[in-house]
Amino acid sequence: MARYIFWRLADSIPTVLLVLTLVFIAMRILPGDPAIAALGDNALPDQIAVFREKMGLNVPLWRQYLNFLHGVVTLDLGRSLISNTPVVNLLAHHLPYTIELTIAATLIGVTAGIPMGVLAATHRNRPADSAVRLYSLVGYAIPDFYLGALLLIVFSLNLGWFPINGGGDDFPSRMYHIVLPALTLAFLKSAFMGKLARTSLLEVFGKDYVRTARAKGAREGRVIYRHALRNAMLPLTTGLGMSLLATLSGSVAVELVFNRPGIGTLLISGISERDYAVIQGGVIVFALFVVVVNLMIDLLYIVVDPRIRVQ
Amino acid sequence: MTAPLLRIENLSVEFGPRANPIRVVDDVSFEIEAGGSVGVVGESGSGKSMTSLSILRLVPEPPGRISGGRILFDGADLLALPRNQMPDIRGRDVAMIFQEPMSSLNPVMTIGDQIGEAILLHQDLNSAQRRKRVLELLRLVGIPDPAGRIDAYPHQFSGGMRQRVMIAMAVACNPRLLIADEPTTALDVTIQAQVLALLKDVRQRLGTAILLISHDLGIIADSCERVVVMYAGRVVEEGDVRSIFRNPAHPYTRALLKSIPRLDDERDRLYQIPGSVPLAGSVTQGCAFRARCPLRVETCAVDRPPLFAFGPSHKAACWVTAEAAQARSAAEASP
Repeated sequence: MARYIFWRLADSIPTVLLVLTLVFIAMRILPGDPAIAALGDNALPDQIAVFREKMGLNVPLWRQYLNFLHGVVTLDLGRSLISNTPVVNLLAHHLPYTIELTIAATLIGVTAGIPMGVLAATHRNRPADSAVRLYSLVGYAIPDFYLGALLLIVFSLNLGWFPINGGGDDFPSRMYHIVLPALTLAFLKSAFMGKLARTSLLEVFGKDYVRTARAKGAREGRVIYRHALRNAMLPLTTGLGMSLLATLSGSVAVELVFNRPGIGTLLISGISERDYAVIQGGVIVFALFVVVVNLMIDLLYIVVDPRIRVQ
Repeated sequence: MTAPLLRIENLSVEFGPRANPIRVVDDVSFEIEAGGSVGVVGESGSGKSMTSLSILRLVPEPPGRISGGRILFDGADLLALPRNQMPDIRGRDVAMIFQEPMSSLNPVMTIGDQIGEAILLHQDLNSAQRRKRVLELLRLVGIPDPAGRIDAYPHQFSGGMRQRVMIAMAVACNPRLLIADEPTTALDVTIQAQVLALLKDVRQRLGTAILLISHDLGIIADSCERVVVMYAGRVVEEGDVRSIFRNPAHPYTRALLKSIPRLDDERDRLYQIPGSVPLAGSVTQGCAFRARCPLRVETCAVDRPPLFAFGPSHKAACWVTAEAAQARSAAEASP
């Protein structure tokens, strides 16, 4: 097992390298000179020359690439063109907000979604099942930025129960600020996980080992939670990975709606201000997030499925 | 005579809509003595598996349902019990093993946990005592190195070993009846023999009555005292193994016996029964076997034959052979 983990970790190194290379290439093939983009059309030639020198754009491409990789490894992603703050500092400030939002949304979504799936699967074609299916349908259909705005208007503006924007400072205030954005993202997640849990459970219910469990005298609760759900965890783990990534992209819009200082907000403002270094840093963080989530899901499989464990 | 351990009376199982049901088990009755062994034989679709699932009320509902009859276990009707009392019977009094040892064990639980669960559900033992008992059971069913295997997962076992695990799980609480639904069908021939020998051994050691479901008359002849032959959801013949094999009374049983390959056989082609099993529920009138029967007469299409007595413990549902047997005994009676 330790070997599997080691190899899986080693395996993600080329992936990360590929991702970084893609980011590097993408930033270089963007139309226009970054110097002109940053300084504007009316920049003087010597201004541009200074800028190019400062950004390391005057060396051959392969040197730029190596410098870029070196920068990533030493956590030096350059400085924001606008605020002159090191990009790493900006990311370090914004990342916790995005991570806590993703975690909160996932916790709520999973703890609401899976029991709903169980309810639907055990009450197949009965009112409870129809209700869960309707919920899933609505969850899929409603865009998260719209739902976020809706919640914001109702619970923050009209009722005044929750703050209108920001991310909070100390822990209680951060948890207070996170409620509405997390619920917004959790809605789609619970719809997705609920539907997936229902389908996976219905499939598992037809398996021979579920009949075996009943034949030895296990009661329904035990059959569902000890036998069926543990097997349904395999597709649910895959689903969780997909859903985590969806939450990440969803968080960009939701952070914007709630004006939370997350990576999404940072990225959006970087794009609107043509702040190359910030965009590059944000994209790297998102890409690494995808790699890390996939790694975590793969490691989670080991916990869930003993057949992977022993190989 | 003492009351039998299990008596199935007029059991019917239906599938599909209530208004237009398909009857897959039709008025089936037979019984098993305590410690006895009964084999139920029949082709696929004869209703033998549904009959066995009915005993534990494990018929998948919907689409199926037990639509009539009684199943008396120790004198009490299992079909009349509240649904939530069935788990107390399952595994404790009546245990069951299935055809597919590959898929009948939970892939994400160790076999020790799965056997231990059967004990946990019915007996008041702490976890150390349970583990000890599981080791005992693994030894009983002939798993080599029980201590080393108890924490292994099903995929680490071969088919035959998994079926041994299933048997260990089934006999964990010393049930009085063990239902084995095609326990060897998915196994190699040599492993089949080992598993059957194990079942016999379990029966002798623990005094468990065995209901063995199989499509293979050879297996039944080898392991059971009594035989129930099913065809299209009905019992067509029932009796002790000896009389059924010596004097099969139903044309279907005769045909089944004829189709068993024999070593001293000089035929180059095996006998096969012409035609095929009628679709479940398609025969509502007369004898279900008549379309494939070499002896059929007009009555067979009209009236359903009851089980006629052919001996002290031998019954068969055939108009033609019953009449012949009657004529023979009448001739013997008047010299």
